[in-house]
Amino acid sequence: MAKKEKTESAQELAKLGVVIVGHVDHGKSTLIGRLLYDTGSFMEGKYEELKEVCERRNVPFEWSFLLDAFQAERDQAVTIDTTQIWFKTKARSCVIIDAPGHREFLKNMVSGAAFADAAILVVDAKEGVREQTKRHAYLLHLLGLKQVIVVMNKMDLVSYSEERFNEVSAETEAYLGEIGLTPLHVIPVSARSGENIAAPSENMPWYMGGILLDVLDTLSPIPPATERPLRLPVQDVYRFDETRIIAGRIESGVVKAGDTLVFSPSNRQATVVSIEKWNSPGKIAAAGAGESIGLTLDQPIYVARGDVASHEKQAPMLTNIFRANIFWLGKKPLKAGLNYKIKLATHEATVTVQSIDRVINTDDLSRAERDSVQTNEMAEVTFRSRELLALDPYLENVKLGRCVVIENYDIVGGGIISMEGLPDLRQTMYAKQDNIYAVDHLLTGDARAARNGHTGAVVWLTGLSGAGKSTLAMRIENVLFNRGMQTYVLDGDNVRTGLCADLGFTPEARMENIRRVGEVAALMSNAGLITLTAFISPFQADRRKARDAAGTRFYEIYVKADLETCEKRDPKGLYKKARAGKIPEFTGISSPYEPPENPDLEVDTATHGVDACVEMVVNFILDRVRADANPANATQQIPPAKAKA
Amino acid sequence: MQDYLDELESQSIYTLREAYNRIKPLGMLWSIGKDSTALLWLIRKAFFGHVPFPMIQLDTGMELPEVYEFRDWIIKEWGFDFICEQCPPEEEMDQTLPPNTRAAARKTEGLKNLIGREGFKGMIVGIRRDEQSMRAKERVFSPRSFDGTWDYKDQPAEFWDQYKTEFPEGTHVRIHPILHWREIDIWRYTLRENIPIVPLYLARDGKRYRSLGEKNITVPVESNASTIEEIIAELETTKQSERAGRTMDSETEDSFERLRRSGYM
Ligand SMILES: Nc1nc2c(ncn2[C@@H]2O[C@H](COP(=O)(O)OP(=O)(O)OP(=O)(O)O)[C@@H](O)[C@H]2O)c(=O)[nH]1
Ligand SMILES: [Mg+2]
Repeated sequence: MAKKEKTESAQELAKLGVVIVGHVDHGKSTLIGRLLYDTGSFMEGKYEELKEVCERRNVPFEWSFLLDAFQAERDQAVTIDTTQIWFKTKARSCVIIDAPGHREFLKNMVSGAAFADAAILVVDAKEGVREQTKRHAYLLHLLGLKQVIVVMNKMDLVSYSEERFNEVSAETEAYLGEIGLTPLHVIPVSARSGENIAAPSENMPWYMGGILLDVLDTLSPIPPATERPLRLPVQDVYRFDETRIIAGRIESGVVKAGDTLVFSPSNRQATVVSIEKWNSPGKIAAAGAGESIGLTLDQPIYVARGDVASHEKQAPMLTNIFRANIFWLGKKPLKAGLNYKIKLATHEATVTVQSIDRVINTDDLSRAERDSVQTNEMAEVTFRSRELLALDPYLENVKLGRCVVIENYDIVGGGIISMEGLPDLRQTMYAKQDNIYAVDHLLTGDARAARNGHTGAVVWLTGLSGAGKSTLAMRIENVLFNRGMQTYVLDGDNVRTGLCADLGFTPEARMENIRRVGEVAALMSNAGLITLTAFISPFQADRRKARDAAGTRFYEIYVKADLETCEKRDPKGLYKKARAGKIPEFTGISSPYEPPENPDLEVDTATHGVDACVEMVVNFILDRVRADANPANATQQIPPAKAKA
Repeated sequence: MQDYLDELESQSIYTLREAYNRIKPLGMLWSIGKDSTALLWLIRKAFFGHVPFPMIQLDTGMELPEVYEFRDWIIKEWGFDFICEQCPPEEEMDQTLPPNTRAAARKTEGLKNLIGREGFKGMIVGIRRDEQSMRAKERVFSPRSFDGTWDYKDQPAEFWDQYKTEFPEGTHVRIHPILHWREIDIWRYTLRENIPIVPLYLARDGKRYRSLGEKNITVPVESNASTIEEIIAELETTKQSERAGRTMDSETEDSFERLRRSGYM
């Protein structure tokens, strides 16, 4: 008895999740039903029960009814939701996961497949590779499933033809090859008649490989990531009594009592006093990946849900931007510029879709540039967050390298993270460990730019009164803001009332006014904002001073419109007053306007509509502030502007 | 190195901690049977000996006397908040349901009353996938609509241990922390952890209860397993389904589905 218990537990150690995927109706559920039946895994009376159900429904016996338990599933002969069912091979216990093949239920397919260590891709020998065959295969790749077996089902419908088998195998393997998957086996079967499932088929003497049941034992569970660097995402902090316990599950690595941990993104450090488990005999010296534990720390540092504990030397990356290979399950399309909530381990954050880099057509694996991702599509997307995120590239750490996307109340997508070409802000932010409480002194322009996704800039609009500077500036500000960028407009209204309230309209006062605007704009640009200014600023010398104040990233935009047009527009009635001599030294009438000699951009509002002009300027800005925030230039520092002093 | 029971335990603790952090107020349906008592044990593990939300019994007054006795003893022994919710009588149930299903439906109604009155947002329930093919399709965090029903045709996406934890006002969620356990796992764990059980599970005079329900709709099965070790040995080879003694499961093809759809556990 005791001995039996032991061998049994040894089997249990190697529990394995296997998901069955593939196109609708290709026979996934039938395969499972038959596999369980042929191995004697049906419970007493189950076969009779299903037989009775089929007879009552007046349909031929359906093995799929073992899994398809909902009335709606049986009525429509389609799997709606995923099921898990236990099963024993010679070597171990398996959890067989049935997944629906209908495209409408892809979210259920993912909900099942994500539990698996390995997959069986079922392909109907007669129909061959179909839309969901490919989509499911692609998802296996995103879900990180590398062990794949192809089962060529319904061989009875193609007269057990070796030729047809070879044909469809070649097609399937070619597709899998393109997404980096190599099937471990390709097995011709007839699920319904139980051929090559748990017993070899007499109808396919040409097949030399193993039957499904035996081949299952070549699969193995994905082991816990004990060898990887420690990641312990904080789930909760408990104070049931005087002791404060940090609770969480170790996602990778090992933690030992006495270890110094760093919590990201705050970068606070503390030492582990004890590892806690209730009712545990004796002190716990260490705990590893997969264990749900509690920690007590030597210092009362602020720690909250979502923080990630690691060792100092191998901490996760810190970033405001990441790329993700996503699958989109939402009913509404994912769009660039929209905000979503993501969950990354136990952390929740709001992110903006900065760009949709590619939408992948799973049918031919072509890539397209589009501004939205539709239901069930796969895409490469760049996300940006306001707050700092602690994460890992998926290839380095599976659990900290993936996130789900939430819209309203629902999970609408999942993605695996890539940081290729993106900087780790830990380097720039916390350059010296002993200075961690004095981050301000170490903060660089690059860090700000990397957080915002763009550098600061001064966009200086110059032009006649009525040329459209303010209108354009306000519209541009709006567009940039909606793209999640940091931006602000300085114009006469918000400057004259405070900063320059002491100034009148003498030529000297106007010069001083522009000087102050130039200096403030430079400071704001250094602070990371895209600062737009909307002043006539008629004199080249004044504009040059503003450019000098900014030091770099100063863009002079000439908002052009001929005097006649401006005078016709006359939005504030100023030209009329000036013509009547009521305003002295009015630019264009009684005072000169010096057009820029080499403006960075010129927009003519007399010949172009507002929208066209806005677009021109926005594109101009985006090209510059983003290119400059590009990680490739991450080492380029914003030169200390003299305004800093 | 964790063994497989440790892995099951750790996953359940993770789920319980997620529920406790994300959903308030929370309660747990404690049927006093082996599964929900093992789950109660897991709660004490998750919260370092504490039981930070109430245990709820949906009482029909029809449990076997040993069950009530065991209940009172555990409450005294372990000490936690306990709510005993009296279920409405059978006459008030949907009369189109088959008789035994109708009896079981009393619990659904009791639960609806309780949630309506106490405003629970989350209800922890100790069901397992291997018990029944409808339960096999459950999510770990399974939303219930305003009237407590289960929209099983449109369940939320759930993967990578990320759960649906936000809901419109007026709805609630069932949380199933031991969904991934099998019957034999529960017994091995009960044995390993030395968790107390209602003695009715152990065979006397060639019969034992494999699943404990109300005395009017549950029957004992033939068995000589008089220790937990023997139960485990029995389960390793048995072909009898666990709920064979639960008469309401198979009254008609869809009787259990109807029960579950309208909010049964
Ligand atoms: N001729 C033949 N029919 C089969 C075989 N396997 C399955 N079928 C039939 O194909 C139909 C679809 O089978 P299912 O098992 O429900 O297919 P599925 O892949 O689970 O479908 P979804 O879950 O809805 O995607 C059923 O009518 C089966 O009886 C086979 O080997 N040969
Ligand atoms: Mg199916």
